[in-house]
Amino acid sequence: MKNGAHISVRAYAAVFAALLALTALTTGVAFVDLGGGLNNVAALAIAVVKAVLVILYFMHVRTSDRFTWIVVGAGFFWLLILVGGVMDDLLTRNWPGR
Amino acid sequence: MSDVITVRAHQFDDLEQQHEASWIGMWIFLATEVMFFGGMFTGYAFYRAAYPQAFAAASNRLDVWLGAINTAVLISSSFTMALAVHGAETGRRKALIRFLLLTIVLGAVFLGIKFFEYHSKFEEHLVPGHSFQFEGLLARPAEIFFSFYFAMTGMHALHMVIGIGLLAVMVVKARRGRFSTGYFTPVELTGLYWHFVDIVWIFLFPLLYLVGRHL
Repeated sequence: MKNGAHISVRAYAAVFAALLALTALTTGVAFVDLGGGLNNVAALAIAVVKAVLVILYFMHVRTSDRFTWIVVGAGFFWLLILVGGVMDDLLTRNWPGR
Repeated sequence: MSDVITVRAHQFDDLEQQHEASWIGMWIFLATEVMFFGGMFTGYAFYRAAYPQAFAAASNRLDVWLGAINTAVLISSSFTMALAVHGAETGRRKALIRFLLLTIVLGAVFLGIKFFEYHSKFEEHLVPGHSFQFEGLLARPAEIFFSFYFAMTGMHALHMVIGIGLLAVMVVKARRGRFSTGYFTPVELTGLYWHFVDIVWIFLFPLLYLVGRHL
C-alpha cells in the first residue's frame, strides 16, 4: 500500500472531536487535586493519547508501512534516551532544591 | 497525465518510489525536530523537578483559558490541514485551496493570541532579565520557568510562522494547478510539518499552563 494512503473524512472528524474533548478533559482535571503527583501523570497521559491520535490519523501513519513506523518510533525512542538519561541522574543525586 | 510525468525527478524509477523517498525523508527530518524540541523539554523537566514550588507558582501566572483556547484553535487548524490534504487526494482543487486558507487563518489566530499573551507578560514584568519581578523567595527559579516559557513557546511560534509560509506557497502552487490526484507530495509533507507543530503544542499546553495547579 502507498504510504499516507486515504483516511475518511468521517475518521478525521471523529479524531477532531476526540482531540477537543481531551483538551477539555485535561484542562478540567488540572483544577482537581488528584494528589501524589497524579496530576502530572494525568496531564502527560492525555497529551500522549492526543499526540498518538494526531500521528496515526492526521499524519496517516496508521495506513503506512513498517518502515515509516520504525522511523517514527526511532524519533521517540531517542527522545526517551535523552529524557531518561538526564532524569535518572537528577532523581538519584542530591540536586539543589530537592 | 503529461503534467504528472514531468514532476518525476530523473533519479527515481517511478512516481511511487519518488513519493516514498520524500515521505521517509520528511519523517527523518521530523525525528530531528523531536530531538530539537526534546532538548528544551528535557531542560524544562530537569529544572521543574529541581524547583517544583517555584515552577508551580510561576506557571499559575499564565492564563489557562487563553492556553486552552489556543490549543483548540491549533487542533482545529490540524483538522482543516487534514481536510486540505484530503481535498488534494480526491482532486478537489477548490476544497484544497479553501482548507489551506482556513488553516492559515487559524494559525494566524493562534499567533495573535500568543502575541497578546506575550504583551501582558511584558507588562507584568515576567520577561526574564533586568525588569523581571516576582514576589517572594522563589523569584530566581521562577525566572528560569519564564526563560523556558519564552524559549519553548517562541521556538514553537517560529515554527508556526514557517508553517504559514509553507502553506502560502501551497496555495499559490494549487492555484497554478501544480497538483493532481497523482502528485500532491508537497501538500502532504507540509501537512506532516503542521501536525508536528500541533503535537509540540499538545505537550507545551499541559506542561506550561496546567501542571502548576496541583503538584
